[in-house]
Amino acid sequence: MKGTIVINEQVVPNVRRLVLEAPAIARHAKPGQFVILIPDAEGERIPFTLSDWDASEGTITIFYLEAGVSTMKLSRLKPGEAVYTLVGPLGKPTEIEKVGTVLLGGGCYGLGGIYPLARAFKEQGNKVIALLEARTSYLIYNEDKIGEEADEVIIATADGSRGVRGHVWEAIKILEERGEKIDHAHFVGCTYMMMTSSRATEPAGIPTIVSLNSLMVDGTGMCGCCRVLVGGETKFACVDGPDFNGHLVDWDNVFARAGAYVGEENLAYQFHQSRADGAIKDDGCKNCGKEAI
Amino acid sequence: MGGKTLTAKERMAIPRAKMPEQNPAARAANFEEVPFGLTAEQAMLEAQRCISCRNMPCVAGCPVGVHIPEFIALVAEGKFAEAAREIKETNVLPAVCGRVCPQEIQCEEACTLWKRFGGVSIGALERFVADYERNNNLVKIPKKDSSTGKKVAVIGSGPSGLTVAGDLVLKGHEVTVYEALHEAGGVLIYGIPEFRLPKEIVKAEVGYMESLGVKFVMNVVVGLTMTIDELFDELGYDAVYIGVGAGLPRFMRIDGEDMNGVFSANEYLTRSNLMKGYLFPEYDSPLPPGRRVCVVGGGNVAMDSARTAKRLGADVTIVYRRAREQLPARSAEVHHAEEEGIEFKLLSNPVRLFGENGRVTGMECIRMELGEPDDSGRRRPIPIEGAFFKIECDQVIMAIGSGANPVLTKTMKDLELNRWGYIEVDENNRTSMPMVWAGGDIVTGAATVILAMGAGRIAANSMHAELMGLPQPGTEES
Ligand SMILES: Cc1cc2nc3c(=O)[nH]c(=O)nc-3n(C[C@H](O)[C@H](O)[C@H](O)COP(=O)(O)OP(=O)(O)OC[C@H]3O[C@@H](n4cnc5c(N)ncnc54)[C@H](O)[C@@H]3O)c2cc1C
Ligand SMILES: Cc1cc2nc3c(=O)[nH]c(=O)nc-3n(C[C@H](O)[C@H](O)[C@H](O)COP(=O)(O)OP(=O)(O)OC[C@H]3O[C@@H](n4cnc5c(N)ncnc54)[C@H](O)[C@@H]3O)c2cc1C
Ligand code: FES
Repeated sequence: MKGTIVINEQVVPNVRRLVLEAPAIARHAKPGQFVILIPDAEGERIPFTLSDWDASEGTITIFYLEAGVSTMKLSRLKPGEAVYTLVGPLGKPTEIEKVGTVLLGGGCYGLGGIYPLARAFKEQGNKVIALLEARTSYLIYNEDKIGEEADEVIIATADGSRGVRGHVWEAIKILEERGEKIDHAHFVGCTYMMMTSSRATEPAGIPTIVSLNSLMVDGTGMCGCCRVLVGGETKFACVDGPDFNGHLVDWDNVFARAGAYVGEENLAYQFHQSRADGAIKDDGCKNCGKEAI
Repeated sequence: MGGKTLTAKERMAIPRAKMPEQNPAARAANFEEVPFGLTAEQAMLEAQRCISCRNMPCVAGCPVGVHIPEFIALVAEGKFAEAAREIKETNVLPAVCGRVCPQEIQCEEACTLWKRFGGVSIGALERFVADYERNNNLVKIPKKDSSTGKKVAVIGSGPSGLTVAGDLVLKGHEVTVYEALHEAGGVLIYGIPEFRLPKEIVKAEVGYMESLGVKFVMNVVVGLTMTIDELFDELGYDAVYIGVGAGLPRFMRIDGEDMNGVFSANEYLTRSNLMKGYLFPEYDSPLPPGRRVCVVGGGNVAMDSARTAKRLGADVTIVYRRAREQLPARSAEVHHAEEEGIEFKLLSNPVRLFGENGRVTGMECIRMELGEPDDSGRRRPIPIEGAFFKIECDQVIMAIGSGANPVLTKTMKDLELNRWGYIEVDENNRTSMPMVWAGGDIVTGAATVILAMGAGRIAANSMHAELMGLPQPGTEES
């Protein structure tokens, strides 16, 4: 049945891989698109990037960070159980062309999200360099799969325990220093990473796409919750995006809108955790170690 | 009082029925339905107000021509379930229409008694008989024509799609409804609030369609999850109806609209109705109550947003650029909103929103005056130079209309659209693509439930004719 869970496992601390039955979605999915699911009958509609799909098996794969109530509920579902609803593929597919050398930067769930991009850009005959960032070495995942597609995989860790010490933007500097000519860049992950990475590609004028992850409700262009400012124009991320020119995105606005419900998210988390340890969650990105903004 | 013995004069002497309703103070704090509906005695008495006039202006006033005098006569005799069935001949959703139709500009305004005595409460009677039939389990499954072997896909489960599905399944076709959201009903489920249209009723109507044999497939965005071509070529549908509504929210394009605390009415109402945000945190979708909420607009959507915000505990102001007489909302909604303590700032238009740290804190407006009539025949509002004023608020809800959502239509190259993106159709609701019909808000722009249903009925008749090789309705042979 559509939405039945095949695999729901932790791949590294706090990041889980979810494989779901979804034949129609698997058949139509294109790189850069996402799905929206509701974990249970009282749940919220939450978007996740399609990180892989198999049309013959009729399955899709997403990677998710346990961030709050919805993802906590999701993490408790077992194989054989089903999410309450699942819809997709949503959003405009990423434009994939032969441009030369393509840099794909991923952080947090983006380590999953850039895999279909790597595959598609490679198929078009591009040279693909993948940059994977995490707080520390053991939080890197999906490296082998991406390695099968990418010409080069560069790891960046905030604590320097593996690869480049630092973040995606620091790794971009290293690439530039070694004289690598990059024709196109695409970043998927937490907002902070996408912003700082876009800033790093701006001086050299590298065309840069980011997959924005604004808050959404319907995901079909009906509510406007997902609106973002790009080049001074209001766009709906769910139908006009989620891909946008990283140099034109109004990042202050993206950050502000992402925080619209921080108070409610905390309240909801505590409400659902009240029987457990009453932990107050961290609003930052737990995977890459970014502080709450 | 035996129905038949009354003279016209005696009938006119009966005072117009008043539906009992929750008192304003109590209801402004809950999401339960406001009017309770008529009692059986009230309904029978009200039905006797009908003087059975010969020319039946009420029927002409109804966009789908419900057999009004006939059903009212049945009510007067106490045959409530029969009356409901009489309505269903022309209107498959009487429990919905009795609650949300603008009767005061349709059937009731046309009623001969309207001017001197107040029209017969046709809407209230319609609601009563539909509720009676449903609550007493008297809903009968009509006999279906034998199977035609034809397959029809309906895209969108709003009132127009439901009408097409209901009509065609009874004519023996195999009907499947595809819906993008996770619940069926369109605006009836995600837009119109519980206190005006209980969701139980919409669910019952959808359940009724299912019992007729209509298949519902939720969570399919046609154009993304599957294409129109696939519906025809792979899934073997013989005909398709597009009833995807006009769900693209408009914003004013003024400064500050991108701040937190600013919602489209669609978002605000969807969070509340579809996602049950008013029950947060039992339900996960947040809908934080505002302290002071400004709703921009003057239609049903604005009233629904304002009254929802009120129920969440806010002080609410409706900001509308024209005058009171021009409020496009149903008069009952305006009246209810006023009773519930919602303030109206008329002849006022926002020019800019201001805020702190990305969150809205207020709105600057300009006062308007009425000038010459515009295309719509209403006097055009013109800003009074320099007449600015500020309103403090922590939430703003934009309810200024909606447009055509291109998600589906942009994937159909051969589908003719008008310059606003609505689908072009002929008098039988046929589109420029063979075997594809369309109707409801995606053709007319945001309109009403009954007009969407009327369009569905026209399309269904045309689809049936086409599928069966019969002449099209309206042609000479038919
Ligand atoms: C198009 C799109 C694709 C996405 N793809 C993925 C994905 O593949 N994997 C994944 O884990 N997440 C993805 N997200 C983000 C994901 O939807 C949120 O993490 C999720 O809604 C969190 O829900 P929650 O109830 O568990 O947490 P909440 O309680 O809602 O939020 C908890 C914390 O998580 C963070 N958060 C919340 N919403 C977002 C968001 N939209 N983006 C970034 N951080 C957020 C904030 O720090 C917040 O305080 C995507 C979002 C979009 C719009
Ligand atoms: C808040 C509000 C209050 C209103 N109050 C009244 C009132 O009191 N009285 C009145 O008469 N009218 C009222 N209206 C107007 C009335 O609801 C609409 O005119 C009517 O619902 C239009 O019906 P429809 O079937 O054309 O479309 P909708 O009801 O809009 O339904 C369209 C459906 O199609 C689905 N859909 C869209 N795209 C796709 C796709 N690509 N694939 C699959 N499904 C898709 C949508 O999710 C939706 O469920 C109100 C409207 C709103 C928003
Ligand atoms: S999520 Fe509703 S319009 Fe994008």
